[in-house]
Amino acid sequence: MIETIATPKTSTGKSLRTEEMIVNMGPQHPSTHGVLRLEVVLDGEIVVDVIPHLGYLHRCFEKHCEHMTSYQQVIPYVDRMDYVAAMTNEFAFVVAAEKMLKIEVPERVHYIRIIMAELQRIASHLIAIGTFGIDMGAFTPFLYYFRDREKILELFEMTCGARLLYNYMWIGGLSHDIPPQFVEKTKEFCTDFKKTLKEVNDLLNYNEIFIKRTANVGILPKDLAVNYACSGPMLRGSGVNFDLRRDDPYTLYNKFEWDVIVGKGEMGTVGDVWDRNIVRQREMWESLRIIEQAIAGIPEGDVQKAIPKRIRPVPGDAYGRIEGPRGELGFYIVAEDNVTPYRIKARAPAFVNLSVINEISKGAMLADLVAIIGSIDIVLGEVDR
Amino acid sequence: MENLIAFFSDPIVTTVLLALIPLVFILVYALVTLYGEMKIAAHIQNRLAYMETGWHGVLQPIADMLKLLQKEDIIPESANKFLFILAPYLVFMGTYASFAVIPFSSGFIGSNIDLGIFYLIAASSLVVVGLLMSGWASNNKWSLFGALRSAAQIVSYEIPGVLAILGVVMVLGTMNMQTMSQLQDGGIQNWLIFGGNFPLAQKLALLPFMVILFVIYLLSSMAEVNRTPFDLPEAESELVQGYNTEYSGMKFAIFYLAEYANLFLVSAVVVVMFFGGWSSPFGSFMSGTVWSAFWFIAKGMFFVFLNIWLRWTLPRLRVDQLMYVSWKVLTPFALACIIAVGFIMVM
Amino acid sequence: MTAQDIHDILKLQFTDAVIEAKLENVVDPFIKVRTDMIKEIAVFVKNDERLQFDYLMCLSGVDYKGKLGVTYHLYSMVHHHKIVLKVEVPTETPDVPSVESVWKSANWHEREAFDLYGFNFAGHPDQRRILLPDDWEGHPLRKDYQTPEFYNGMKVPY
Repeated sequence: MIETIATPKTSTGKSLRTEEMIVNMGPQHPSTHGVLRLEVVLDGEIVVDVIPHLGYLHRCFEKHCEHMTSYQQVIPYVDRMDYVAAMTNEFAFVVAAEKMLKIEVPERVHYIRIIMAELQRIASHLIAIGTFGIDMGAFTPFLYYFRDREKILELFEMTCGARLLYNYMWIGGLSHDIPPQFVEKTKEFCTDFKKTLKEVNDLLNYNEIFIKRTANVGILPKDLAVNYACSGPMLRGSGVNFDLRRDDPYTLYNKFEWDVIVGKGEMGTVGDVWDRNIVRQREMWESLRIIEQAIAGIPEGDVQKAIPKRIRPVPGDAYGRIEGPRGELGFYIVAEDNVTPYRIKARAPAFVNLSVINEISKGAMLADLVAIIGSIDIVLGEVDR
Repeated sequence: MENLIAFFSDPIVTTVLLALIPLVFILVYALVTLYGEMKIAAHIQNRLAYMETGWHGVLQPIADMLKLLQKEDIIPESANKFLFILAPYLVFMGTYASFAVIPFSSGFIGSNIDLGIFYLIAASSLVVVGLLMSGWASNNKWSLFGALRSAAQIVSYEIPGVLAILGVVMVLGTMNMQTMSQLQDGGIQNWLIFGGNFPLAQKLALLPFMVILFVIYLLSSMAEVNRTPFDLPEAESELVQGYNTEYSGMKFAIFYLAEYANLFLVSAVVVVMFFGGWSSPFGSFMSGTVWSAFWFIAKGMFFVFLNIWLRWTLPRLRVDQLMYVSWKVLTPFALACIIAVGFIMVM
Repeated sequence: MTAQDIHDILKLQFTDAVIEAKLENVVDPFIKVRTDMIKEIAVFVKNDERLQFDYLMCLSGVDYKGKLGVTYHLYSMVHHHKIVLKVEVPTETPDVPSVESVWKSANWHEREAFDLYGFNFAGHPDQRRILLPDDWEGHPLRKDYQTPEFYNGMKVPY
């Protein structure tokens, strides 16, 4: 029993009577990237209204946290929120927890965390752009990108034994140190990956048909993006030069040099789907730069030195955020004098970015709606938690 | 024994048997193309498909066919039963009826009528009716969408396609497909894409227009067959499966077969009109009834390969962009070419 | 701008709105304000030139065992400073004015707070459940929440 909440309008008048049609995209649909239900009110092919219905993947993460036996136990749960980019989830939680507990980690831990986070950022963007290509009908870049994602997952597997959900970054350190062949293999990956990036850039991004489908579609103006608290490639695609790694620095990002990619409206208007896509594409180059700089200078040290044996915090609260591949991922931790967390709220970027969809798809066509959802880059695990 | 010979010499039986030859060809060709498409797609995407069954998976299409045949044929409860069942057969009928006028070789053509290509255009329009029926009868908003888009697309792209055909008919002076191939016989220089069998001045004048008409017809034919970049009616990522959504089992197999048959049909038309039909590129070397069948099928399969290649490389166009290309780009070009060709033929 | 300056500006503008402020020796300095004035304070902090808090990072509900609270994490894209605002309401009448008209990102955050805690955001254009099914009863994240026995005929605890 599908309930729709929109009311379609019928046109009155002497000519042919038309009626707006309500269609449900989802919950199962090849291109809504998960179980998301969009109630779309259509006037022919033009979208009049989009009402997203969430909650199909709600797993009560925040309630679970209130029954844990330790703050470290939250980390596997946090992994499973955004299952596509698990390292950055852990990173955000660990940054928030260490901020609250005032733990200083050794420098080696910082470097390794940055390398893992940037590798994860690349892996996540590979999925984002690949699946976006499939939505547009270009089936091939997806497979090219997955070939390289496999190499990244191999690097992760080499380090912590898991390919997708790692439980690697612990509060105060890491669960395993990097194995001796990690540095070598990462350097190999960086060299090989540049070829694929160039290849797919030519195949997909500057293809005439792709440009026609994505330029001037789903334009998100600057002030609307800031008002809706969009973050990540969505914000930067609209021309706002803001990156948490540079503007609100955490760990040791200020030691590295890289450029922040901002959408300039090269093929259409600033803030359209093409801009967001090219921001993701070019961010991968910048992540490679950071990885190469970090790999070259990892200091020695013990990664498990600062892991506390028992975490019993001073009552208080803290909000820690990082620049995840989808945007600003933040955790608001409220602690009382107990080993169990009192309240953990996950501020998921996909959740906040998705709220914009009603505004930017009014007047678009149905095919454009698919493009817009693809460019927002949602992962339902994060949206619903 | 005499009864058997008498049976097979009966004109009606002979006609029926001859009519079934394209069907046998389509079935074999569909299996080969299915295998080819998956393998080509895989190699473009840097992976290997089908490696288990037989050497490099050559027996896989048979497995696919068996799978489709033994699947449960589900008819949705609120679907319009009669139309739902009729639709795939109508689509296949439209395509198969057109096979009657395709000259497979210099000695075999199903029906050597003087209206050849005109009949082909008319009969293949039946496909639109079938698609609309399948979309409507499925009682599914997504299928309806796919069917409406498909109808709009096919009807709009028929116009530049027919105009291209008109240009060719003006040059060759006949609508009979067998005669078209015969006029281009005698070597690669006589093929219409290189100007045709005319004196040099006229040939050079015709050449650019023939190339343009070839491109126009190629694009229109890709749109007629619903192949990427024009595959919006069955856009998997948007409409689940478009007009095919509610079909399963044998009826789905018929839709699939009809799509591949249609693909060969339009490739065959391109070959007959522009690339000499069954004529061998070497003139009289390697020509004759059997060789010409080989050349025809080889050239047809080349264009099928081209279609498959484009499908897996390019993204798809949006509906209004599709219409734009048809009405504002292809049709004016086709009209201009026809006027130019008319002038050249009159001089 | 430091948290002390922001606090002073707020105290100057709204004399009796600030209930409590913890700005020293704490990880995230916060300012607790009167619940009924949160909307005016929101408009002020967004538009004042010295503050310009135009980015609502996060809006969360918290259950303080006896009271419910809403925490607003604000950030300024222009001046790059942050502040935390908190309001508290009694659990029986959790009415909070909605700041959706000030920061549009509050729309979904407030819907989530309503869904999980039962706040009543006055002035919210579309207050309905977002993560849980529309016909769910109860507000799960409250500390005294009991899982219902049955939901639509299905047994809930197993």
